[in-house]
Amino acid sequence: MDRVIEARGLTKTYKMGEIEVHALRGVSFEIERGEVLSIMGPSGSGKSTMMNTLGCLDRPTSGEYILDGESVAEMTDDQLASVRNRKVGFVFQSFNLLSRLTALGNVELPLRYAGIAEGRREKARAALEAVGLQDRMTHRPYELSGGQQQRVAVARALVNNPAIIMADEPTGNLDSKVGREIMNLLLNLNKELGTTLIIVTHDPNIAAQTQRVIRLRDGELDPENNETIVRKK
Amino acid sequence: MTFGQAILEALESLNGNKMRSGLTVLGIVIGVAAVIAMLAVGNGAQATITGSISDIGTNLLFVFSGGMEGGPRGGPGGGRSGNNDRPLTLGDAEAIADPFAAPSVELVAPVIQGNGALTFSGENTTTSISGITPAYFTVRNMQVAEGEVINEEHILGRMSVVVLGPETAVNLFGHADGIVGETIRIEGQPFRVIGVLVEKGGGAFGSEDNAAYVPFTTAQARLIKRGALDEVDVIFVQAISAEAVPLAVEEISNVIRARHRTPIGYDDFTVFTQQDFLSTFETITGVLTIFLGGIAGISLLVGGIGIMNIMLVSVTERTREIGLRKALGARKRDILLQFLTESSLLSLIGGIIGIMFGWFIAFVVGQVAAATGNDFVPVVGVDAILLSTGFSAVIGLFFGIYPASRAANLEPVEALRYE
Ligand SMILES: Nc1ncnc2c1ncn2[C@@H]1O[C@H](COP(=O)(O)OP(=O)(O)OP(=O)(O)O)[C@@H](O)[C@H]1O
Ligand SMILES: [Mg+2]
Repeated sequence: MDRVIEARGLTKTYKMGEIEVHALRGVSFEIERGEVLSIMGPSGSGKSTMMNTLGCLDRPTSGEYILDGESVAEMTDDQLASVRNRKVGFVFQSFNLLSRLTALGNVELPLRYAGIAEGRREKARAALEAVGLQDRMTHRPYELSGGQQQRVAVARALVNNPAIIMADEPTGNLDSKVGREIMNLLLNLNKELGTTLIIVTHDPNIAAQTQRVIRLRDGELDPENNETIVRKK
Repeated sequence: MTFGQAILEALESLNGNKMRSGLTVLGIVIGVAAVIAMLAVGNGAQATITGSISDIGTNLLFVFSGGMEGGPRGGPGGGRSGNNDRPLTLGDAEAIADPFAAPSVELVAPVIQGNGALTFSGENTTTSISGITPAYFTVRNMQVAEGEVINEEHILGRMSVVVLGPETAVNLFGHADGIVGETIRIEGQPFRVIGVLVEKGGGAFGSEDNAAYVPFTTAQARLIKRGALDEVDVIFVQAISAEAVPLAVEEISNVIRARHRTPIGYDDFTVFTQQDFLSTFETITGVLTIFLGGIAGISLLVGGIGIMNIMLVSVTERTREIGLRKALGARKRDILLQFLTESSLLSLIGGIIGIMFGWFIAFVVGQVAAATGNDFVPVVGVDAILLSTGFSAVIGLFFGIYPASRAANLEPVEALRYE
């Protein structure tokens, strides 16, 4: 099968003066294209650290990481930026929209950094329509509800047609009903576009909707749960 | 991102914080306006002074007594010059006028000068009094508005006649016309007014409109006492042409050196040309302009530091935004461009407003000068505009680079976690 992510022995160590914090201690796994996967684990187990590494926001301290055929470990900052732009879409817990820009402007941002000028507006419009916000295009973030803001964030994540969408607790700031809507939106994207989905979550209900769960504990794959739970969908 | 987009985005972001952007721009506005206005005033002063020197004629020379080098009094060579210097005399003037000794000389006008009190029926005024020969009016290019100038007869007869400058005439009579034939008193002695000069305006040697001219012989005998007989204060010389001025300097120097028997390499007199005056004053006003511009430049620098300050605050405030942009694929140079564009726009806008404002100040200064009767026009030069625009753009870039590179080098993860 077609592997979109291959991680071998990923470690991440933060140095805080004398103390070393081992956020990841050698994690290895693969993710197939089109998979829907959740990462769970107690607080401080390294979920966000792993997500940042997989999303090329940060480099692993050691280990090998191949994302959509490109080896990431030795890339320069600008090459990483380009990989993030083309291959990854992020959805954050706290939405992270720019308040100066309209919904449309926010969705256009990744296209700007991709150097796309022609048809940019149309693509951004299409993305907003895909998340059901066709009548909120010129609204600014503070004129939108939390759920709508997160929809804009999803539109922004998918506008560049990335191989993977990574969401770090995307429903953490939303009530359960709106959280389900966002979750359905993401799952629909996976169905229609085949985009790989990686979702960090504390919520077992959300994890239950994914095909595979990776559990982390103290920076390692949880041995008690025998690496992963695989669910057929 | 293209450059046009960067500018649009920068404008949007500056617009988002109008008050802060406005105050930052104000710093640059004041700096640039000060530079423009100061340079305009300096250039105006230079133009006025050099212009009035040019007015005195390109083929005019001045001979003063006293050497240029060695320091006249108190300096190391002071003792020698003090004792052996001979004053200029009428004899020197006559010798210079000799067409065989000094063929490049056309006219010679010896002058003695002093100050005196003029009175006319209760009104009195103090003015400079010059004892002159008829050649003086030709050499100085002066015309009478009414009456006549001093002629050879007046000289020979040591007659008590006076030609008044228009300002002096107004001071005494309240008007400058219809006063020929009146008798005024100079230092208590009666003089008949034979002419009033045409108004000239201010000049390099003070106003020449406030002056009284009497025959040389009369002044010598009755008004201005000098130690030696025949002593003169300055000799005005007109060369046959502007090109002949250097030659005339040489000839005059040789004639006087021979008559004064000065030691080799030491002259007890100085020949000044209009060119000498010009370069002296150009140096002075040039220094003045640089000085004024420099002070104004400092305020521009302070404006630049204001930009840096604001940009640093802005980078800190927008750390999360920077992290987000990086997560979405912004490269270092995208972030750098974004912040540099903002700081450059701030200083560019400030520069443009500052130019207009500085121009306005210069205009007002010119109007005030005109209203108070000064012939002074501030000159806003293209050089000043280019200088201050260039300087403010450079300041925007220079003081923007540090904050921008700080933004560009933020780690995306760290920036996204920033609260
Ligand atoms: N920048 C950093 N500097 C130092 N230590 C860090 C840094 N980022 C994370 N850590 C540490 O690494 C470990 C893993 O952190 P991480 O944020 O990945 O946890 P998490 O699983 O996402 O937790 P949560 O569920 O609370 O979000 C923690 O012990 C944390 O203190
Ligand atoms: Mg986390």
